[in-house]
Amino acid sequence: MNKTRVIPVLLLRGKGLVKTIKFNDAKYIGDPINSVRIFNEKEVDELVFLDITATPEGRGPDFNLLQDIAGEAFMPMSYGGGITTLDQIGRIFALGFEKVIVNTVAYRNSSLISEAVSRYGGQSIVGCLDVRRNFWGRCELYSDSGRRKESVSLTEHLSQMVECGVGEILVNSIDRDGTMSGYDIKLIHEVARSVSVPVIACGGAAGIKDFVAAVTEGSASAVAAGSLFVFVGPHRAVLINYPDRTELSECLP
Amino acid sequence: MIAIADYGVGNLMSVSNMLKKAGADVRITNEPKCILDAEKILLPGVGHFDHGMKMLNASGLREAIDHYALELKRPVLGICLGAQILGNGSAEGDSPGLGWIDMTCHRFKSMPGIRIPHMGWNQITCKKTSPLFDYVQEDARFYFVHSYCMQCADSNDVLATTLHGVEFTSAVQRGNIFGTQFHPEKSLRHGLALIKAFVELQHA
Repeated sequence: MNKTRVIPVLLLRGKGLVKTIKFNDAKYIGDPINSVRIFNEKEVDELVFLDITATPEGRGPDFNLLQDIAGEAFMPMSYGGGITTLDQIGRIFALGFEKVIVNTVAYRNSSLISEAVSRYGGQSIVGCLDVRRNFWGRCELYSDSGRRKESVSLTEHLSQMVECGVGEILVNSIDRDGTMSGYDIKLIHEVARSVSVPVIACGGAAGIKDFVAAVTEGSASAVAAGSLFVFVGPHRAVLINYPDRTELSECLP
Repeated sequence: MIAIADYGVGNLMSVSNMLKKAGADVRITNEPKCILDAEKILLPGVGHFDHGMKMLNASGLREAIDHYALELKRPVLGICLGAQILGNGSAEGDSPGLGWIDMTCHRFKSMPGIRIPHMGWNQITCKKTSPLFDYVQEDARFYFVHSYCMQCADSNDVLATTLHGVEFTSAVQRGNIFGTQFHPEKSLRHGLALIKAFVELQHA
């Protein structure tokens, strides 16, 4: 049995699912509840939901929508987007999500993360890094759905998140998002070698060979992708899909 | 009726959703009377050991569930933290557990290539026969998320083990008391098979 988790990342905008390219050009994909039903049948390892407009709109999570999603999901799920309070985190767990993903709040109020960890355990808090390479190829961190550049370095921010006790790191390459041009393996490796908690690779996957590279070359514990699970063919026709379990078992550790 | 003990810790809705899918009549409750009326109880739990015990002791349910498990001896299933608190305590904190099963919890030792928390899907090896595994297939996989694991003093209480660097106890049973470290409510059809067996479990 392969133990590498293969995780679809689904982006919420309003009540619908979208898919972006480099954090822009959001294309409507469909209804989240219906998609969860399909992913149940496909026996997906885990699902990640990110509300990409929550923080930019200055609002918290859409709890009604999350409740409807959780009611259909019999697999592990994480949620991120607009988290600013401990109360929101508690409500998300109560609805049936296993993990809460923090991103922008980690730069503004890291003590919230420590508090959440001491209450709910580190295993339930995921630190998310949105990374863009600058002109010289240096990694820079972005918050607020990729809108705001942060001054803290990748290494410094990572060690702070680990110190706060997050149980997992989701590393997302903005440059590769939606491009299906392969993961930024160097970035993933840099993150994975600096922390002892599991690292989820995200951004750029086009197929199983990219998953294998993220794990073997990048030392990722889990692989995530967006486009791959919602588009098929060169014209990016919308179709929810998931690789065959046997194929995954043969290729992934 | 199966009562889910609501002591303010845990993913009540996902447990409830899975029990309903398995055909159970479910009530999420923080009332001792409802606990005592139930045919079975389910003890969910996510998070820090001490926080869980503090919340349980403050919930007003403690006396009822102790009576339920130890005197009435009706079936109880603890999941994740809900399984860990069945024991005497945990290295994660200082609070005593429920003490129903002679075990303690310790943190996974870090070793090369093994990341902590243990997070993801893994298989179990059954150590004794149990009605809980009646429908569980051989290739079954379950979802785990934890940094601490259970260690029984009496090997007869070990129901199943799993490998994560080392072999650890992933399910326990002492008589009417069951606990799974993994999350059956999040383990798709494999979890449904286990929950269905719990729902159909006959007891004296």
